[in-house]
Amino acid sequence: MPEVGLEGQRKLKAASVLVIGTGGLGSPVGMYLAAAGVGHIGLVDYDVVDYSNLQRQVIHGTSGLGTLKVESARQRMLDINPDIEVELYNEPFTSENAMRIAQDYEILIDGTDNFPTRYLVNDVSVLLGKANVYGSIFRFEGQVSVFDAREGPCYRCLFPEPPPPGLVPSCAEGGVLGVLPGTIGTLQATEALKLILGIGEPLIGRLMLYNALDMSFEFVNLRKNPKCKICGPEPEVTELIDYEEFCGVPGHDHDEGAVGGGWDITAIELAERLRNDGQHIKLIDVREPHELEISKIDGAKLIPLGQLAARMSELDSADEIVLFCKSGTRSARALELLASAGFRKMKNLKGGINAWAREVDHSLPVY
Amino acid sequence: MPTVRIPTPLRSYTGGQSEVQAHGNTVAEVMDNFLGQYPDLRPHLYNGNGELRAFVNLFLNEENVRDLQGGETALQENDRLVLIPSIAGGRYKRIAYVTQFNSF
Repeated sequence: MPEVGLEGQRKLKAASVLVIGTGGLGSPVGMYLAAAGVGHIGLVDYDVVDYSNLQRQVIHGTSGLGTLKVESARQRMLDINPDIEVELYNEPFTSENAMRIAQDYEILIDGTDNFPTRYLVNDVSVLLGKANVYGSIFRFEGQVSVFDAREGPCYRCLFPEPPPPGLVPSCAEGGVLGVLPGTIGTLQATEALKLILGIGEPLIGRLMLYNALDMSFEFVNLRKNPKCKICGPEPEVTELIDYEEFCGVPGHDHDEGAVGGGWDITAIELAERLRNDGQHIKLIDVREPHELEISKIDGAKLIPLGQLAARMSELDSADEIVLFCKSGTRSARALELLASAGFRKMKNLKGGINAWAREVDHSLPVY
Repeated sequence: MPTVRIPTPLRSYTGGQSEVQAHGNTVAEVMDNFLGQYPDLRPHLYNGNGELRAFVNLFLNEENVRDLQGGETALQENDRLVLIPSIAGGRYKRIAYVTQFNSF
């Protein structure tokens, strides 16, 4: 292809792109960037593959059920093109790790499904001076743009604030048409490849609106907002903030989001159960080893979340398992993973070991 | 008569209509007339002070009315106002899946 050529292939090979999210949007992005020969691709996700993903997250398949999404995605990408490097970040993208992860990449691709992480990706791209290839979906509708504050508007220029929870229908009510992220993610991959190759007109300063029901593609012009709080002339936001607080909603699954109330056990209830028939309960701590130095519950077995899929055989599904972590987020993921493997007798310690420290064992610190 | 285009997340407030015609010579007049037809939609688009909410944009044809003269922007007969809200989606509540498992 003359517009790409050997020179273009060299550019692709030398390029580095960070894909945040390996779900519906990240699936086509990852596969097409791999197929195009983008030399260095980073993947950020903390989720595991489950059945409900497969209707739209086409980078994953039934053979990957229960495995880490980043691993499953890398396997597929290397199957398509073994001559690329795929770096994995099996962790939520947060204010603590985002700058460190993103700094080594030229282009960020926003494949997130929630407002807190979306604002985080935007702010990282502005603060580090990188292009943010944006895609967003809801039900039958999608938006695509390239936000690059060095030469155009950023996401906050268009949407200074996120919607408060409840004012617009949540995606849980709406869901998305399975093929929709395929369309939008493919457009994001197209824009990323154009940026790398330096060809065509990128979507900088333009927003594309797609509606699958109407089969309409529309474009509007975006301009820098002189009052933008991060890329305007007088920025108020000069470093990463607490995006969950900013948005009023969790960016990552917390105990109330990932599993129903029926799976929760409070610290008080757990203390009582341990007193009465503690011998039947297996406590599983899914935190990282270094967190044991901060606090621990006696008798608990440590299996960090990232190792759980591989170490599942150490658990007996006949036992009554109580999972815990720092605040209930990772243990909810662990519970889900075990549920997908057939475990039924499980509880998630609500509020994690921090709740235990507050309500039961006051000698432990809250961190 | 100018038309207002409604994105899918908000169509439940307009009886499923994707485009609605409304009277008026300015953006503010047309939006007033439009929201007069669908009053339940108003709080989703405007705050108590009558300002467009920070997560909703109103475009006149291809330009943000904020970059024009806001509510005072004059409209022609065939003009089209496009509502663009911020969207995020693609995640399903896993509770449904886990609960289903639990009931086996």
